[in-house]
Amino acid sequence: MTTRWLAALFAGALFGLGLVVSHMSDPRVVLGFLDLAGDFNPTLMFVLAGAVGVTAIAFWVVLRQPRPVLDESFHVPVTRRIDRPLILGAAIFGIGWGLAGYCPGPALVNLGAGLAEAMVFVPAMLLGGVGYRLLARYWG
Amino acid sequence: MNMWLSGLAGGVLIGLSATLLLWLNGRIAGISGITFGLADAPKAERGWRVAFLLGLVLAGGLAMHLLPHIAPRENYPRMALIVAGVLVGVGTSMGSGCTSGHGVCGLGRFSKRSLAAVLTFMATAFITVYLLRHVLGAVA
Repeated sequence: MTTRWLAALFAGALFGLGLVVSHMSDPRVVLGFLDLAGDFNPTLMFVLAGAVGVTAIAFWVVLRQPRPVLDESFHVPVTRRIDRPLILGAAIFGIGWGLAGYCPGPALVNLGAGLAEAMVFVPAMLLGGVGYRLLARYWG
Repeated sequence: MNMWLSGLAGGVLIGLSATLLLWLNGRIAGISGITFGLADAPKAERGWRVAFLLGLVLAGGLAMHLLPHIAPRENYPRMALIVAGVLVGVGTSMGSGCTSGHGVCGLGRFSKRSLAAVLTFMATAFITVYLLRHVLGAVA
């Protein structure tokens, strides 16, 4: 149990460091990528290329193992259907992402840095995310 | 270090983090799922989530102060941050993932569902920024 937590703590820390090193913690750099018709900044493309370059190879190797090191089995999403909640949800997320330049990871990193914007954005994000989840479960 | 190179390096760190979490704990490094899952996850499922988020927030926040960086954005409209936060929360909750879960991890697993989500949120984000900056003339 404790080893699992330590592994998660380390992975989280590495993720946060990656977001800062890659400038993704700065919403201006993210919006620069999303501004195709303006002062376009391609940095996000390189970040995604670096990250997916690693996962595309490493996940393939890891998922061929019978089980993860610290758990009985892999917890990988099994849903394959491209349905309405997926597309509608992604569309709504994209609008919010374009409106402020924050997706969840960078917003949380900015909260850790104590930045004023994140103190406003993160509670709103938690309200939306947790609220939708609980309501969706209630409605079944 | 120039921006695309640090983007690539940070992206590799993010990819390694996602690989570690999958290899050790068998979990997908999707920030929105890990965060909002705390709302209704069974007790045994909470520890690793809290640990991951703690690592992300603390290490990321610390790195933002320690690494050389430009002054953070300020004076972004408060209402835009609130609306964006709610949209990002609802959207990633409904669409089962954000830039990390669908982007970094989903694309790494060659998931068509994640590819559909990524193309959708990229598209609506591009459109949102275009409308904000080039039609409505917002400076942000």
